[in-house]
Amino acid sequence: MAEPQPVLEMTGIVKEFPGVRALSGVDFRLFPGEIHALMGENGAGKSTLIKVLTGVYSLDGGTVTVDGKSVLFASPLQAQQAGISTVYQEVNLCPNLSVAENIFIGREPTRAGRIQWKRMRKEAAELVDRLGLDIDVSAPLSSYPLAVQQLVAIVRSVGTGDSDGEGSGTKVLVLDEPTSSLDRDEVLELFRLMRQLRDEGVAILFVSHFLDQIYEICDRMTVLRNGTLVGEHMVRDLDQVGLIELMIGKALDQLEELHEHQLRSDVGETLVQAEGLGRTGGIAPFDLEIKKGEVIGLAGLLGSGRTELARLLFGADQPDSGKVTIGGKQVSMSAPNDAIGAGVAFCSENRKAEGLVPDLTVRENIILALQASRGWIRPIPVAQRDELVAKYIKALDIRPANPEARVGQLSGGNQQKVLLARWLITQPQLLILDEPTRGIDIGAKAEIQKLVVSLSEDGMAVLYIAAELEEVLRLSHTIGVLRDRKLVARLTNGPEITTSRILETIASGEHQ
Amino acid sequence: MSTPSVTTPSRWRALTHHHLFWPVAVLVALLLVNVPFTPDFFSIKMTDGHLYGSLVSIVLFGSPLILVAVGMTLVIATGGIDLSVGAVVAITGALTCSYISDQADQNALSGVFLAMGIGLVAAVVCGLWNGFLVARMGIQPIIATLIIMVAGRGVAQLITDGQIITINSEPYKLIGGGYWLTLPFSIFVVAAVVAVTVALTRRTALGLLVESVGGNAEASRLVGIRSMRIKIMVYMFCALCAGIAGLMISSNTSAADGNNAGLWIELDAILAVVIGGTSLLGGRFSIGGTVIGALVIQTLTTTIYTIGVPTQTNLVFKAVVVIVVCLLQSPKFRAKVFGAKGRGKTAAPAAPATPADAAPKMEVSR
Ligand SMILES: Nc1ncnc2c1ncn2[C@@H]1O[C@H](COP(=O)(O)OP(=O)(O)OP(=O)(O)O)[C@@H](O)[C@H]1O
Ligand SMILES: [Mg+2]
Repeated sequence: MAEPQPVLEMTGIVKEFPGVRALSGVDFRLFPGEIHALMGENGAGKSTLIKVLTGVYSLDGGTVTVDGKSVLFASPLQAQQAGISTVYQEVNLCPNLSVAENIFIGREPTRAGRIQWKRMRKEAAELVDRLGLDIDVSAPLSSYPLAVQQLVAIVRSVGTGDSDGEGSGTKVLVLDEPTSSLDRDEVLELFRLMRQLRDEGVAILFVSHFLDQIYEICDRMTVLRNGTLVGEHMVRDLDQVGLIELMIGKALDQLEELHEHQLRSDVGETLVQAEGLGRTGGIAPFDLEIKKGEVIGLAGLLGSGRTELARLLFGADQPDSGKVTIGGKQVSMSAPNDAIGAGVAFCSENRKAEGLVPDLTVRENIILALQASRGWIRPIPVAQRDELVAKYIKALDIRPANPEARVGQLSGGNQQKVLLARWLITQPQLLILDEPTRGIDIGAKAEIQKLVVSLSEDGMAVLYIAAELEEVLRLSHTIGVLRDRKLVARLTNGPEITTSRILETIASGEHQ
Repeated sequence: MSTPSVTTPSRWRALTHHHLFWPVAVLVALLLVNVPFTPDFFSIKMTDGHLYGSLVSIVLFGSPLILVAVGMTLVIATGGIDLSVGAVVAITGALTCSYISDQADQNALSGVFLAMGIGLVAAVVCGLWNGFLVARMGIQPIIATLIIMVAGRGVAQLITDGQIITINSEPYKLIGGGYWLTLPFSIFVVAAVVAVTVALTRRTALGLLVESVGGNAEASRLVGIRSMRIKIMVYMFCALCAGIAGLMISSNTSAADGNNAGLWIELDAILAVVIGGTSLLGGRFSIGGTVIGALVIQTLTTTIYTIGVPTQTNLVFKAVVVIVVCLLQSPKFRAKVFGAKGRGKTAAPAAPATPADAAPKMEVSR
């Protein structure tokens, strides 16, 4: 059996950043008609390899060939023109423009130099349709939640080239963690599309920290560790345990005990009491009681109001009905300040827009919340600051462990950990975590879940939102089920509660 | 097998990567340009116990610009801009001078101090207004500050009755035209303001919070930073700096000219901030960079005179220098022009990097 020729081959790829060698001599190949997973821990160099390929970063060594011809793309545009379409890890679209404009930005259909708006909208609508999505293409992108924006980015990359029927089309599709903010149905939808494209002969490079997804859709995988190549394997030849060992260099701890532990542990007295809290267009008025040391998980589909509920409890959006008492005192919740003052912390799901200040260093980002609560006039003493920062960099294993590094240069998963550190440092009474494990590798994911359990043991209340029901189920004492922007049920976690039971509740929307 | 990249000595690399490297390099280059035209450019003479020389005059004449630019830096770091500083300069000068001119004894210290106080309070009120419009009402900074930029000169005219008020006050003359410890007094004022600003921003957490608000406003809100307060404070501080510059300018000429005092200084100040390496998008700022940026602009103005650029073309000349400085600061541009790693469209198999050769290679891909 002669192997077919790879559509893309990268050999001896080297990429250095000041102080970091992100890739040292990595080989990678991609065959037409396959879905190829690029695996590795946070900071292993996955996104960097992709950016080197598509001309975002320049190459410090090595060669790239496409269809056997040596190439070097000077810009993402060139890569796109050569048939390599990419969805980057951080959604990079223009929130003010319409969905259709975002899909066609840079390659609008024109006639005599003028943009054909009608045709653009029509083609965008067709593309969206083909993906089976229900999106109004003339609405501004910002009117949709992050997950939908992510889908639009995918539509955009898929739409490249083949919309005009102009010969080449997409040969290689690169998806860097496209599924991190999608829920189950959308993931299935995406997979259907990926299979369709694969059968058309497109080579797909797929990055995800969800191992189940890898095993569901991928044919072959390449594993990186610390910027070096660990190996290339057919997915069917390597089981999950073996893969994890390749990625992190050791076997993974089991998480099952966490669940057992949470089921047994007790919670304390009431900490937060929300009564009739609601916001029109956000979430219908709800009552919620959170006890000290309790983990409340929120389950529900995308757009069911999980994030909206959390934002109301933090004062990120102003409620227009109801009241909140924290520790017996009523809190006005007219701004995040009020909530923070009462000991609430909120880790947003959208780390780029609502979390990080990319130009500031890791240290500055970590101390930001604590400093804000102290006010500008009382800086945190240098010694104490450095000690705190070092402690949390170590505790969360943020890499590189350099407090002076610019946060914008960290890998996605490490950025997420910085955000977590920022809030942990404030020692809140209620910690709201909206998708805290998004983009985090499997090892760190386990660490974060263990952390949540130990925090709750110490009496911290945690509101935990995650798309993965298993996570919610494992950690929560109580599970709040949301549907159509309404809190429809509160289930006390126990042996009889399973993911399918939660899914049923979501589907039927019945009260307990 | 992988091609080793050019090994530049790391100390040199660290130096060229320092954020002040290019502004300082440009400043030095500009200073050197003067030498063939004015051979004793760098010499400083002592006459009557005062130091004189081109360098001293550059700092002296550049003082108001440095002040205004330092305040502007903070505003720009929050992601804003303040176009009203020129008008504030005029208002402060007008108020102070008209108060002094009304005094029976223009040399009385108490009167002069009171006059300066009135002028500075007026400046701060202007800043409060700007801050209120920007932070509280959510008006775009460029529009909000345009109001005082346009109306302020009218106010200054009103204060002076459309005249140029001249005064004759020895103590007041000191700020912008006097000497102390052999040096122009304004140099001490500038040094004090810069030192206070640096201390205020870097010794407290103000600098961090300002950079955070400018770097990501929504994240800053969610982290509990009272950005409204911070913005208002920053606009007030900027106006205060402009006010001090206004005192300096009117003191130097012993006159208040509502029409021309501080005319276009806002544009020079913005340029100085940008040359100093603070992005107009907000976020990271550098007071040191701004001071150097202001000195670059002042040196440029001086140079234009010493090398005898015809007056008609002198703005063009200035524009060219500014463009060059901005280009030099753009990493992308530097990579294209001096870039050791030339990247072509079609790749020669990982072309070994050419050592940084003397003749810059212009390579336009695409
Ligand atoms: N622009 C940059 N400047 C400096 N260092 C960088 C830059 N981009 C990435 N790095 C570093 O290179 C390494 C690899 O990062 P990369 O983003 O490729 O990781 P990743 O495998 O995609 O991780 P994740 O799963 O967290 O997204 C990290 O140590 C990161 O800090
Ligand atoms: Mg990545």
